[in-house]
Amino acid sequence: MRESESIAIIREAIASTSNPVMLYSMGKDSTVLLHLARKAFYPAPLPFPLLHVDTTWKFRDMYVQRDIVAGERGTRLIVHVNREGLAAGVGPVTHGSSYHTQIMKTQALKQALDAHGFDMVLGGARRDEEKSRSKERVFSFRGHGHRWDPKAQRPELWNVYNTRIRKGESLRVFPLSDWTELDIWQYIHQEQLTVVPLYFARPRPVVRRNGQWIMVDDDRLPLEPGEQLQLKKVRFRSLGCYPLSAAVESEADTLEAVIGELLDTRVSEREGRLIDADQPGSMEQKKQEGYF
Amino acid sequence: MDARNFAERLAREATTDTLRFITCGSVDDGKSTLIGRLLHELNGIYDDQYVALQADSLQFGTQGDAVDFALLCDGLQAEREQGITIDVAYRYFATARRRYIVADTPGHEQYTSNMATGASTATLAVLLVDATKGVLMQTRRHSRIIALMGISHVVLAVNKMDLVGYAQSVFDSIVSDYQQFAANFGFASIQSIPLSALKGDHLLSRSEHMPWYQGPSLLDYLDMIDTVNISAGDAFRMPVQWVNRPYAAFRGYCGTIASGQLRPGLRVRVMPSAVETQVREIYKGNQSSYECGAGDAITVTLMDEVDVSRGDVIVAADNLPEVADQFEARLIWMGEQSLLPGRSYLMKLHTREVSAVVTEIKYREDVNTGARLAAKSLSMNDIATVTLSTNQPVVFEPYTANRELGSFILIDRLNFATVGGGMISFALRRAANVRWQALDVDQAARAALMQQRPRCIWFTGLSGAGKSTIANLLEKRLHASGRHTYVLDGDNVRHGLNRDLGFTEAARVENIRRVAEVARLMVDAGLIVLVSFISPYRVERRMARELFAVGEFIEAFVDTPLAECERRDVKGLYAKARRGELKNFTGIDSIYEVPEAPDIHLHPDSVSAEDCVHELLSRIG
Repeated sequence: MRESESIAIIREAIASTSNPVMLYSMGKDSTVLLHLARKAFYPAPLPFPLLHVDTTWKFRDMYVQRDIVAGERGTRLIVHVNREGLAAGVGPVTHGSSYHTQIMKTQALKQALDAHGFDMVLGGARRDEEKSRSKERVFSFRGHGHRWDPKAQRPELWNVYNTRIRKGESLRVFPLSDWTELDIWQYIHQEQLTVVPLYFARPRPVVRRNGQWIMVDDDRLPLEPGEQLQLKKVRFRSLGCYPLSAAVESEADTLEAVIGELLDTRVSEREGRLIDADQPGSMEQKKQEGYF
Repeated sequence: MDARNFAERLAREATTDTLRFITCGSVDDGKSTLIGRLLHELNGIYDDQYVALQADSLQFGTQGDAVDFALLCDGLQAEREQGITIDVAYRYFATARRRYIVADTPGHEQYTSNMATGASTATLAVLLVDATKGVLMQTRRHSRIIALMGISHVVLAVNKMDLVGYAQSVFDSIVSDYQQFAANFGFASIQSIPLSALKGDHLLSRSEHMPWYQGPSLLDYLDMIDTVNISAGDAFRMPVQWVNRPYAAFRGYCGTIASGQLRPGLRVRVMPSAVETQVREIYKGNQSSYECGAGDAITVTLMDEVDVSRGDVIVAADNLPEVADQFEARLIWMGEQSLLPGRSYLMKLHTREVSAVVTEIKYREDVNTGARLAAKSLSMNDIATVTLSTNQPVVFEPYTANRELGSFILIDRLNFATVGGGMISFALRRAANVRWQALDVDQAARAALMQQRPRCIWFTGLSGAGKSTIANLLEKRLHASGRHTYVLDGDNVRHGLNRDLGFTEAARVENIRRVAEVARLMVDAGLIVLVSFISPYRVERRMARELFAVGEFIEAFVDTPLAECERRDVKGLYAKARRGELKNFTGIDSIYEVPEAPDIHLHPDSVSAEDCVHELLSRIG
């Protein structure tokens, strides 16, 4: 039933806006969303492009996955990097998570949306991920400058979605709003979808930093005094920029084991996401400014 | 977990149903606390979230040093700072029996539309009442909205029993009050449970504090209640969302089945045209499907090449839904601006979007007593029964028979805000009886005889701007050159056709609607019509424009500044208005919304009336 509900949302969004796009981040939610969108319009190819906002700090495995998807038939992928940010050398290590996310993600996303004039953006966010997301509408209205006003959301009754916007305004649409992390994994299992191997436990080079395991994915992450590179069997529950996504120690090296682990887990999925906690009301603040 | 256990577990997950419910009730009755506590007791709160919650509780909490579970749901900064719920929060949990989606809704009256948002997708409501306060105004308002939206199962959760010493008499008296109040609401079940969300009494299991209560705990009840909607009709209906035409040989119609079953070979009709055909194939995603039912998102292909577009409804050929353009409906108004009869709104009903006007407010409901009150307009959070008229016939079913085909929203035409939620009760038979008479002599024939292009030139501007002077002069010129014309003047029409209308916002809307309809008839008759009306509101001018064919309607903005109009004050009205003897006077104590893109922009304060007419003539030819 969740599959049908999400397909209906995707179709409604595409049917009633003129220039739609889907955000694609190579993560598990993106993978499910892309699969649902293909089902929604089968046998036609996707009637919209995918957009990857590239901070240039994703895990190498994620870039591999991106290139596979980009090569699939009927798929058009736009990659956008904030060139000014890149030229200024902005990164999570040198500038901190908050500034990096602001420049390389939020601002980059706005640049890409403005440059292409996209008026509707499909995203894979779920309400069970984080407390400000749990408040968001399925069809979430954005004013000028892509701003979200959480105190003045449009009422959203039944599944009769108001898709009307004026010039300069846009909609963010979340077809996976009512899916839980467990739903996502069960669906990946049911549909036999391929996800980035980082979700499965493997021995990986990590350092202990602020009580969390950070994977050293390339030579851009300098070790701080006293830090030691270790090989640990870890996996990721949520993927973002690699220095900002902490791993968890795990033995779950198959899809079945991941689901099994999830059924008993005591830690939330976004615990490893450092940007959620870098300032008070962190995610809400980022979302108001236009972060996805 | 070994492979067999895993397979069993997955199979079990796949068959568990999901119950969507809301918590509602008045401010501070403990809705957010109840959900937070429930999540905690069910291990639905992860360790890191619990640590964050402890820190939040110290900063924002209302429970001293103890953990404040409400903060789990009140996720917005403003909510945490003010200690209230502003918007609905969705939380997810599961038991061995069921999966749950719970919407925690706000109790404040000003956030009623957010409460309605949560209620619209729920099948059960947990209505909280504070044992120390009893049934309040918001308890009643929320009950009405629950009933209105067709939620048929209610749990009356009498909360904070710990504060009244777990006294049975308090519980019994509240239950009796509520049952009396809700007797006529048509709820299929009301289960009353005494509890303390804060202490956890009767949430998961029976409480030792209330041996006098023999009923189930909240969670036991939620686990066992059967909420299957028996009233859902079983005739096949599917609103078409999207036409899928990737190549010439494939034409698929995508949508979600609102009711009934579908299989290849079934005879169907496409409404509203009622053309009959047969189902060829059904796709669920990329798989062919031979049997599908309500809730399935599918793509269907048909045997014959028939015309189908988004907004049409494919239905069982032997059981047709209604098609109408006049309805009676129940409405929750959510607009910051009042609803005015006669004003045009966008109406979205399943996948169809049309223009709609509320033709009459039959009555507004008193929230406390349910008494039917007369109303000329509706304010935010009003619940009313209204009649609506749409500009095109739509396919529908009454809300009580089919939610998917009977629910609609109203959208403001200018800022596109969602301003109303409606539930169709029935069609007004007038629509079926009053049919368009097809006439052989049409506008083109009349226009040809008169040798002119029929038009409506709509003069808008402040009182005393010079609209009538210019219209009068223009008519003289047109008349002299052999054109057939008529001037509709605001003052003159108010002496006859619109004698019954005053100057309130509602009356002004109706004033313009009537004049626009008259102008349309005259243009249809072949005339060049000059309308000289202040017409202060954009939305009505747009409504007027939409009555005409493209190019037939010319908006002329007579742009004399207010100071200049007031200086001239030909009729002495500004002076009167300034003295307070004339209420609702445009420009003084009633707004004039300046046209954003008039077809012709006139400046009679700097150009003579003759020159204005000259400009008009050059533009309309």
